[in-house]
Amino acid sequence: MPVKTRLTREQIAARAALELPDGAYVNLGWGIPNLIADHLPPGITVYFHSENGILGMGRRAKAGEEDFDLVDAMKVPVTLVQGASFFHQADAHLMTRGGHLDVAVLGGFQVSEKGDLANWKIPGAKGSGGIGGAMDIAAGAKALIVCMEHTTKEGAPKIVRECTYPLTGLACVDTIVTDLAVIDVRDRGLVLREVAPGWSAAEVQELTGAKVAVPARVPEMRLS
Amino acid sequence: MKQKVYKDIDAIVADVPDGARIMFGGFGGAGFPNNLIQALARRGTKDIVAISNNCGTHDGELGLLFKLDRIRHVIASFPGPHATHFQERFAAKTVGLELVPQGILCERMRAAAAGLLGFYSPVGVGTEVAAGKEERLIDGRRCILEMPIHADFAFIKAQKADELGNLTYRLAAQNFNPIMAMAAKTTMVEVDEIVPVGSIDPESVMTPAIFVHRIVQAKGVRYAG
Repeated sequence: MPVKTRLTREQIAARAALELPDGAYVNLGWGIPNLIADHLPPGITVYFHSENGILGMGRRAKAGEEDFDLVDAMKVPVTLVQGASFFHQADAHLMTRGGHLDVAVLGGFQVSEKGDLANWKIPGAKGSGGIGGAMDIAAGAKALIVCMEHTTKEGAPKIVRECTYPLTGLACVDTIVTDLAVIDVRDRGLVLREVAPGWSAAEVQELTGAKVAVPARVPEMRLS
Repeated sequence: MKQKVYKDIDAIVADVPDGARIMFGGFGGAGFPNNLIQALARRGTKDIVAISNNCGTHDGELGLLFKLDRIRHVIASFPGPHATHFQERFAAKTVGLELVPQGILCERMRAAAAGLLGFYSPVGVGTEVAAGKEERLIDGRRCILEMPIHADFAFIKAQKADELGNLTYRLAAQNFNPIMAMAAKTTMVEVDEIVPVGSIDPESVMTPAIFVHRIVQAKGVRYAG
C-alpha cells in the first residue's frame, strides 16, 4: 500500500487561516502558526498582534526596508498596516491574558482530550527551555487553535489522553488543525470535524492517542 | 534641580554594587541598553541578579555579562537558544534561573511599581510555574498567587529624553523598558538624543520623569548583533 500523503506545513497554515473571522485581532505563535499570515483568504482583513507591543503587524520587511526597532516576536523585521499601534509589553500581554484577542494560534507538542496544551519544553531536551508568551496566551485567548503535525517524527500520537510533556495550560485548546484532520475540543471530548483528502475517520483515529467522536458526515479539509 | 544627565557612561554605573538586582529592558534585538551593559561589564560588578526577558544573543546584550560570569541568578521568560553563554552556565549549574511567563513577568514588575503586594493569576495553573505557589479558586477559576519583582536598578533604552527625564520610545523598541523604569529604585536610561526641558509635548511623554533618575546619551555605540 502506498504511503498516504499528509498535508504540508503550508497547507496546515492555509486551513487554519480559514478559521480567522474578518476583522479579528489575532496572535500567531512560533512554527506553523507563523505561516498563516501568508494564507489569508482574499477579502479578509485580520489585525495581527505581537507580544512585543504591536497591533496591526503587516508583512515581513523586504531587503532594504528593515527597521530593527520594528520586529515581530521572532525577531524578524516586519511592516505595519494602516491603523497599527504600539504599546509596551505589559499591555501587549494584558491583551492576550485579558481575553481581548479574538483568536490565538499556537504550535503544539501535545494536546490532551481535555484541551490541555504542552508546547514549551520537550523532556530531556538540552538547554533551559523558555516559556515566552505562550502561558499568558493559553490562559486568556477567547479562541485557541493549535497547529501541529498529527504525530511525532517517530509516529507517536501528539493528540493524547493526558499530556506527558511539561504543560503550558489546562483545558485551553478549542480546535486542533493537523496534517490529517481538524478536531474540535468539546466538553465531552474530541470531535472530528474534517479529514485530510484521502484519509478516513478510522485512519485518523488510529493515529490519535485519545478517542475522537465521529459525526455522521466528516468532509475533507478545505484548503482555500 | 537635581542634575540627572551624565556625560560619562562609566560614571553613571560607578555605584552599582556586587549583588545588585538589575532589570534589563529589550526584546528581539530592539530597545536593549547595550551601552549601559558594556559600561557595567567594565565596572566589574558581580553576583548580579538579573531580571530580563531573555539572556542575551551570543556576546551581545546580556550575553556579555554571562560570558564574564557576572550574573549569578536570572529571572527570565525566554532565555533563548542563542543565549549561548547563559546556556553553558545553566547546564554547568553556575547560574540560577527562575522561568516566568512573559506577561506575568511584566505584571510582577508592575505590581512592584504600583505598591501592590501580589496578585492572583490563572496563568500557568497546573504547570511547572505553579510549583510552590499558593493556589485558590476565585469565581470558580483556579489561580495562583504571584509576588512582585523589585529591583535596585533598571537599565533601559529610550529614543529621547528631556533633561528632566521624560522619555519617548521608537516603534516596537519600548517593550519592557517603560515597565522596568517604574519598578526599580534607580532607573538609568541610555538615549539616542537628550533635548531641553519643554521640547517633548507633555501628551507625547511615554515615561514620566518621576521614574527616571540618570540619563546618558549613547548613540552610535550600538551593538550590531
